[in-house]
Amino acid sequence: MGKKVAIVGFGQTYQRSSRRDVNGVELINEAVTAALADADITIKDIDAVVIGNMDHFEGINYVDMWSVEGAGAVMKPIIKVTTGGTTGMTVAMSAYYHVASGMFDRVLAIGWEKNSESDTTGAIITAFHPVWERPNLGGAIAGLAVEASKYMDNYGVTERDGARVAVRERLHALNNPYAHLHQEWMKGMEVDKLVELLVTSEQNQMLAYPLRMSDMCPRTDGAAAVVFASEGVAEKTASKLAWVAATANRHDFVFLGDIDWDFNQTMGDAAKKVFAKAGIKDPLKEIDLCELYLPYSYGGLKWMENMGFCGPGEGPRLLWDKITDMDGELPVNPSGGVMSSNPIGATALLRVGEAAWQIMRKSGPRQVQKNVNYALATGFGGCSWADVMLLSSKKPA
Amino acid sequence: MEKVGIVGVGQTTYERSKEAPVDELVFEAASKALKDAGGDMGHIDNIITVSNDFWDGRTISSMAIQDAAGSWGKDISTVEGDGTFGTFYGMMRILSGSFDTTLVVSHMKGSEGIMNLITNAMFDPIYQRSLGIDATSSAALQARLYMKMSGATEEDFARVSVKNHKNAKNNPLAQLAMDITVADVLKSKKIAEPLKLLDCSPISDGAAAVVLANEKGAKRFKNSPVWVKGVAHCSDAYSLGYRDLSRAPALAEASGRAFKMAGIKNPLKDLDVAEVYDAYSYMEPMWYEGMGLAKEGGGKDLIRSGATEMGGELPVNPSGGVLSAHPVLVAGMARLIEAVLQVRGEAEKRQVKGAKTALAHGINGPCGQAHCVFIVGS
Amino acid sequence: MTEQKQEKELLAISSGDAAQPFRWSVGKHGSKFLAELRDNKKLFGVKCPKCGRVYVPPRMVCGRCWAQMDEFVPVKDTGEIVVCTIVQFSFVDPNTGIQRPVPYGYAFVKLDGADTAIPHFLDSTDPDKVKVGARVKAVFEEKRTGSLMDIKHFAVL
Repeated sequence: MGKKVAIVGFGQTYQRSSRRDVNGVELINEAVTAALADADITIKDIDAVVIGNMDHFEGINYVDMWSVEGAGAVMKPIIKVTTGGTTGMTVAMSAYYHVASGMFDRVLAIGWEKNSESDTTGAIITAFHPVWERPNLGGAIAGLAVEASKYMDNYGVTERDGARVAVRERLHALNNPYAHLHQEWMKGMEVDKLVELLVTSEQNQMLAYPLRMSDMCPRTDGAAAVVFASEGVAEKTASKLAWVAATANRHDFVFLGDIDWDFNQTMGDAAKKVFAKAGIKDPLKEIDLCELYLPYSYGGLKWMENMGFCGPGEGPRLLWDKITDMDGELPVNPSGGVMSSNPIGATALLRVGEAAWQIMRKSGPRQVQKNVNYALATGFGGCSWADVMLLSSKKPA
Repeated sequence: MEKVGIVGVGQTTYERSKEAPVDELVFEAASKALKDAGGDMGHIDNIITVSNDFWDGRTISSMAIQDAAGSWGKDISTVEGDGTFGTFYGMMRILSGSFDTTLVVSHMKGSEGIMNLITNAMFDPIYQRSLGIDATSSAALQARLYMKMSGATEEDFARVSVKNHKNAKNNPLAQLAMDITVADVLKSKKIAEPLKLLDCSPISDGAAAVVLANEKGAKRFKNSPVWVKGVAHCSDAYSLGYRDLSRAPALAEASGRAFKMAGIKNPLKDLDVAEVYDAYSYMEPMWYEGMGLAKEGGGKDLIRSGATEMGGELPVNPSGGVLSAHPVLVAGMARLIEAVLQVRGEAEKRQVKGAKTALAHGINGPCGQAHCVFIVGS
Repeated sequence: MTEQKQEKELLAISSGDAAQPFRWSVGKHGSKFLAELRDNKKLFGVKCPKCGRVYVPPRMVCGRCWAQMDEFVPVKDTGEIVVCTIVQFSFVDPNTGIQRPVPYGYAFVKLDGADTAIPHFLDSTDPDKVKVGARVKAVFEEKRTGSLMDIKHFAVL
């Protein structure tokens, strides 16, 4: 049987629109250095490294090999895993399996991206089939816009509901010094007033109906690193631990045209699997906090339903009842989430690190008041793929 | 540690250019591996795919093959590196206790892109890339340094090429099976001094798959597993200028760990057959030294004495090796599959008699920056 | 190749016009689809022998059943909008290297007889016409080359 695994350290760079002052390897090193400091260990204590990003955003082939000096992997085992938007979670899952296998005691997971170095939409389009989907795809934004418009059609959801998600994420980000988007002008304003502004302001450009600029994630330069350790070693490494309770993923689709747009099936299935493994029966009651990969606002409505936090069409109710706000029953994205920082290969790993810090009560101004026993982190990307990890304050049975 | 074995293997033929797209190649290899195992996709708990966005010319290259790899409703992940590294991850997922079986698939269509540009992109864009350096020109630098350190000659490298292309005649899947002479290699077209055409592996298309299982999972299949006795990988520094290119310390580290796990003290004696990643002829004697089959500078002596030919003390690359087919990413997994076939006694005309313990080797990055070593046995 | 831009003393190296040309195999299923489209303006899907789903575009493996598909079935050049939007932001089209003109109607269209949808452009940017469930018909290019762009766009009926 495998070993139990805990997170003992997390580090990230400040997430910014452009980090011209460092090259990619140096950016990676910033996050690694921060994670090692957080775990109070040195690179000598690391037995293996897992790294991930998306090749065509920076144009570096064999990133694992290129990164070793910054990643701290010289004369160490290192592999690269990559699955598009879910990459950060794929990295976390791989580091988890490295440790759980019993082959390595401390493993460093690294995600990074310098999106400023290329055209993000262009690079995303090349993810799609060169013959069947690439000639006429509208990038990630159009792919999400069609999902949102169908969801609105199904349940009578409005642009105000989408804007309310955006307001939550941006207000939360004001508490996170690492976040890329700090919309200071929102500080102290009424939620209703902000929602009104977002859906009426002409400055808030319509990108692809119903998505406006404010509904989307930014493109970010940044890196994240998380240290995973095995039971026995973890307890000696850090006093505060976030245990991995369960993890699962689903990458069922190859073509966007095959997707059932009424239901995010992969997100639903992966979450269901994770909840079953951890014995969670009522996610809304039993889970204390979420750091979700919501690349756009309507994900914060529809996907909550698909993961089983509420019934179909009830996403807006959770939101307007303030259940997912900082002091609600289920705070979602106290960090400000993906809509506030999106260094793609690091984005899902940031979710894991932020969730772990909430359990460890290390989150500073963005720490939630309530006790966090179970924290859920997700990744989303690929062709509507989902990767999910549940963290716990208690060592799993 | 719990035992993990390889219970099924599958490979397509390797060719310069195959018309089938990557998903069809993966489907073929996966189907063959499951058939070989004596089971079906329903027996597979989780999947690892191996692909690379540059070689596939596509962002999230693994997206193309999720259906062909049997992803529906299953946990699946993607390793970007040689197939041996992907197999290692697939094995760890079993050891974690989460799964009893893993299918690992790898694919390559070298024919669809331009090798020089793709491998040029693995070099640093700020200082090195604009010089036009690629896999072959960097290998030539390494070959030259290795010659200086070891005293190996271009004739020694030519002997490797002669041996492996001859061995390939016994492998129906190989791309380049040839009877050639040392003189043929020496007079073949100059590519990057000291490397000639016949010192270089070809550009290839193909796919491979392995089914991994623990003891419990293996019971689902009709076939018996060949067990992984030892496995490890390690990476050297990145910049060619930081590395001692004439030696392979990362291979020494990886093979040392794998031998320790497998209880191997004298690899030359204890191993019955080895399949190593000879992307260029000079690499084979260099890797001998890295793996401790020969002392430093002694790789050439194993070549000269014929110790690594079929019938020698330790036959190396009975399949014809990477020189006879080089589907990048697949090639290390192909070495592992060949090692498994040898241990099973099913390597047909290329069988090393009585092989019980075999080594398989994969590399990653320029000039063999990272190495993964598997020891498999009955 | 190495054009250097200076910005507050922080330099960047541009890849210039470096391109990575590829020649992707379409495979026998896709080749039949594209050849029929080019030569006869006819559209085909491929049917799973197990679950009976008809896939457009055709491919060899049904992911749900992990079964090989070889049975071609004709589908119509008319269909229905499954999901849609009107794209208003411009970006560099990786196929042409130039900014794609906006706005344009964009939808996933399920052709009559198919169970899956293909993405394509619409002839309309009118929000009252570009709607889920709207009927559409393929408009073919006069000169066809064997690509999905041999369908110029879908006309909203």
